[in-house]
Amino acid sequence: MLAAKVIIEQGVHVEGINFFTGFCVEGHTHAIRERDRAKPKRNNSLWVAEQLGIKLHIVDVIEEYKDVLINPKHGYGSNMNPCLDCKIFMVNKAKQWIQENGFDFIITGEVIGQRPMSQRKQTMPIIARESGADDLLLRPLCARNLPETLPEREGWVDRAKLFGFSGRSRKPQMELAQQFGFVDYAQPAGGCCFLTDESYSAKLVDLWQNRGTKDYELDDVMLLKVGRHIRPKSNFKVIVAREEGESRFLEGYKKEFTSLISSSHSGPLALIDGEPTDEDLALAGRIIARYGQGRDAEQVDILVRSQKGLEQTIQVAPFAPEQIAEEWFV
Amino acid sequence: MSRETLNARRLLCPLPVIRTQDRVKRMAAGEQLEVICTDPGVMQDIPAWCRINGHAVLETKTEDGEYIIVLEVGE
Repeated sequence: MLAAKVIIEQGVHVEGINFFTGFCVEGHTHAIRERDRAKPKRNNSLWVAEQLGIKLHIVDVIEEYKDVLINPKHGYGSNMNPCLDCKIFMVNKAKQWIQENGFDFIITGEVIGQRPMSQRKQTMPIIARESGADDLLLRPLCARNLPETLPEREGWVDRAKLFGFSGRSRKPQMELAQQFGFVDYAQPAGGCCFLTDESYSAKLVDLWQNRGTKDYELDDVMLLKVGRHIRPKSNFKVIVAREEGESRFLEGYKKEFTSLISSSHSGPLALIDGEPTDEDLALAGRIIARYGQGRDAEQVDILVRSQKGLEQTIQVAPFAPEQIAEEWFV
Repeated sequence: MSRETLNARRLLCPLPVIRTQDRVKRMAAGEQLEVICTDPGVMQDIPAWCRINGHAVLETKTEDGEYIIVLEVGE
């Protein structure tokens, strides 16, 4: 927002690009979980574009992003976050976009030293070089700490009016925001990608390990955000809704997965990811019975529905909490 | 006035916005698009996207747990 404003203030026409990888935190869990549905929601990139009075283009990069996540040349951060490769990928996509749409250069809000992986002094030139953007990439907030770029050399922007911010402190940015009259702005960078989340990353690694292949579809990405993931055996896991909103969301996947729900007591919907045997289904039934109103009953009826809609009811004894092994929780 | 319909059910934001954006690119000014969604976030996001990009929201409504937005493509 600040970087764009700095350039707009110099009389340059700016438009925004927002890349959607599928792992963006924004919106999704709010839309799913019952307790979050009442909270006001906004898409920050749309909101920022509206505040700045610029157009915004949201680009679906879900498919192309797979290669970034599965084979990151520069490796992962503390979780499954391939931040440097991700930045290179996005700047490269931005370069393609400006060429296709008649724009002259790219700006980002990066600041040297702000993030431990992708925003270090050593990584700034790597992003510019490996993305192919080279000196078409201008970082207005820290430009004065970096070599001149084409827009500065050509006089399209005045380098003297750019900034030399560095380090983790957001104080200079907050002061600049105040100068521009911004009283409300999105949470500073970080925490906006599920891949930086330890729990989410563990679920993704579990998915790859147990499928025996490092691949995923958008539905996998979505389902890893929802419910308790419990893997009692390597050939299947149970995704148990934690509340009504999640149950409703999982309902939408009943044609893709075997689903289980208690028919004798109220309780959550669960999906089975994998190839369960009849014995496995009984085990899954005992797990989900534990999370329903029948948890203290001797026996609970579980309706098992296959992807094709074939239904059967099985009777199970709910697990006691200590019978669900801690290592089953992904 | 021609009206097209876009099924964006089960998609979570920003995917309904992306699908709307991609469909509108192929439409002419003055044409209408009805977008049917299940993510309540669209009630904020699609009107915001329309305001930014110069399209008009003609109607928003909720029916049977679905969120329906009718927009008119701008110039």
